[in-house]
Amino acid sequence: MAKSRRQFLAASAGAAALTSCGKPGGAPAAAAPEASPAANMRPYGERSPLEKPLRAIRDLSASSGTGSSRTPLGDLFPGWITPSSLHFERHHAGVPALDPATHTLLVHGLVETPLVFTIDDIRRFPAVSRICFLECGGNNIGDQRGVPTPDVQQSHGLVSGAEWTGVPLRVLLQESGVKPEAKWVIAEGADNCRLARSIPMEKVMSDALLVYGQNGEALRPEQGYPLRLILPGFEGNMNVKWLRRLNVLDQPAMSSKETAYYTELRRDGKAEMFTFVMEARSVITRPSGGQKLKPGFHEIVGLAWSGRGKIEKVEVSLNGGQTWAVATLREPVLSQALTAFRLPWIWDGQETVIQCRCTDETGYLQPTREELVAVRGLNSGYHYNAIKPWKVHANGEVTHVSIPA
Amino acid sequence: MSRFLLSCLALATLLNAQPHGLGRPATPEEVRAMDITILPDGTGLPAGKGTAVQGEVVFKSRCVVCHNEGGQGRPGAYPALVGGIGSLATAKPKKTVGSYWPYATTVFDHINRAMPFNTPHILPPNDVYAVTAYILFLNGIVQRNEEMNAQTLPKVVMPNRDGFVPDSRPDIKAKR
Ligand code: HEC
Repeated sequence: MAKSRRQFLAASAGAAALTSCGKPGGAPAAAAPEASPAANMRPYGERSPLEKPLRAIRDLSASSGTGSSRTPLGDLFPGWITPSSLHFERHHAGVPALDPATHTLLVHGLVETPLVFTIDDIRRFPAVSRICFLECGGNNIGDQRGVPTPDVQQSHGLVSGAEWTGVPLRVLLQESGVKPEAKWVIAEGADNCRLARSIPMEKVMSDALLVYGQNGEALRPEQGYPLRLILPGFEGNMNVKWLRRLNVLDQPAMSSKETAYYTELRRDGKAEMFTFVMEARSVITRPSGGQKLKPGFHEIVGLAWSGRGKIEKVEVSLNGGQTWAVATLREPVLSQALTAFRLPWIWDGQETVIQCRCTDETGYLQPTREELVAVRGLNSGYHYNAIKPWKVHANGEVTHVSIPA
Repeated sequence: MSRFLLSCLALATLLNAQPHGLGRPATPEEVRAMDITILPDGTGLPAGKGTAVQGEVVFKSRCVVCHNEGGQGRPGAYPALVGGIGSLATAKPKKTVGSYWPYATTVFDHINRAMPFNTPHILPPNDVYAVTAYILFLNGIVQRNEEMNAQTLPKVVMPNRDGFVPDSRPDIKAKR
């Protein structure tokens, strides 16, 4: 207590000295050979320059603004939360620069009173927070097509977790008074493509959130600053960012992002639409593709998640699927949130294949690629959630397992 | 003191049951200015009209730089806007506006929201109708001189109009 008071006094004295000489930076550092702790303080923190994990950016057209950046899952310590700076991104028309002082949300359509909310208005509602995963509908699309990606960032990096803070969407809509014939809410972003998705009223009235906070601070611009939707367990694209309008209707809008995109083509040429929920999946993040192992002790770690609720069980096989062991889940297991798992392993230096599979609280079992492809074929694209095996070579290198054509 | 607390509680209960009194009413003009939703039945389509003949001019000045002559696209760089009709049930399906999109109104809506990619929201309704007509013409869906407007566009039957079915999941029964 006395010590921290002394430190505080010293710090204030230092600050006063700096103010009086009007020079930023660690003033008395010249006298001391080591940098003083005060010199290392920063108004907004950054990680050590020795820490290198980065998002991997991929453009999807020759124009900038269409593409994704993937979370380096293999370099992080798996848990509920992804650092905001490394949360995956998927944009269809860039990141708009919006000012919360002027940005507004319009609620209209089948409501008693159309209303305009400022960001300040929205922050005045009683706030709720919840931790959940967000995943692009196209995560791990390559493995279905038979072109497996070499590492877990490329294969599964379109998923992240965060603590989101905001207002239940139903609370905001009650302000306008929703008419009984309302069945869908069309959410629209203020990005250049005015991305629009239709959300069924059941989701709106249950756990949908209107969010302004991410991991305890304002949303990052690339996560929808200053306002976005979070629909726990639903495919990422529906969690509309830079939200500017909610249109309450008796039918879906059939926007391009719910017809031309985010629909799954079947073998018979028909496509499934309004495929909202992300089904359960899991992946080993360490050891995983691109990493190198020494023989001896390793802890197998990874993540599992389900849009339908809690992860109930993760099993790991260390011998190409012959036997499976039940992994330990990180407690508390949260519904529709990333769930870390672990299993101790002593690697004997022999070539082997490691993989994991999960079961969620509805009893849903994560399928193998063969089981999935037998039903959906190779062209459904979105919502590919099959088991991902990694091959450990005798020299310790870990790679993806090639898929027979 | 306790009476003060009680009245606070009463107020809180009232507030929970009632709206919070946040937000302000939107004027009809504000709603009209913001509301760009267009539905398959044509609700929301603006006044205006255009044909493929006029749309070709718009396309050549505003779209061809990316989407290429005849909307062929540039592989790996810009999507094709034509082709693929009849390919959806094959091993190599080609999804385009012509082969995959179920509603012509969605084509109008997409262009109106998002195109031209770098300078969206600049085309007047006549240009959007015209360039929509041109893309539909390139796909063999409408005639060169067929006028697209708020009445005719919703009546266009896209080749994949009945190509969509609801979510069938959970569709895979994994074994253990
Ligand atoms: C600067 C390049 C550029 C210009 C100019 C441009 N577009 Fe595009 N267009 C794109 C890109 C990039 C996409 C894909 C966007 C995405 O991935 O979400 C696209 C997508 C489309 C699509 C959806 C196609 C599909 O199947 O996904 C249509 C329709 C379209 N553009 C029409 C037009 C029209 C009409 C014009 C002219 C008025 C135009 N575009 C001008 C770049 C451009």
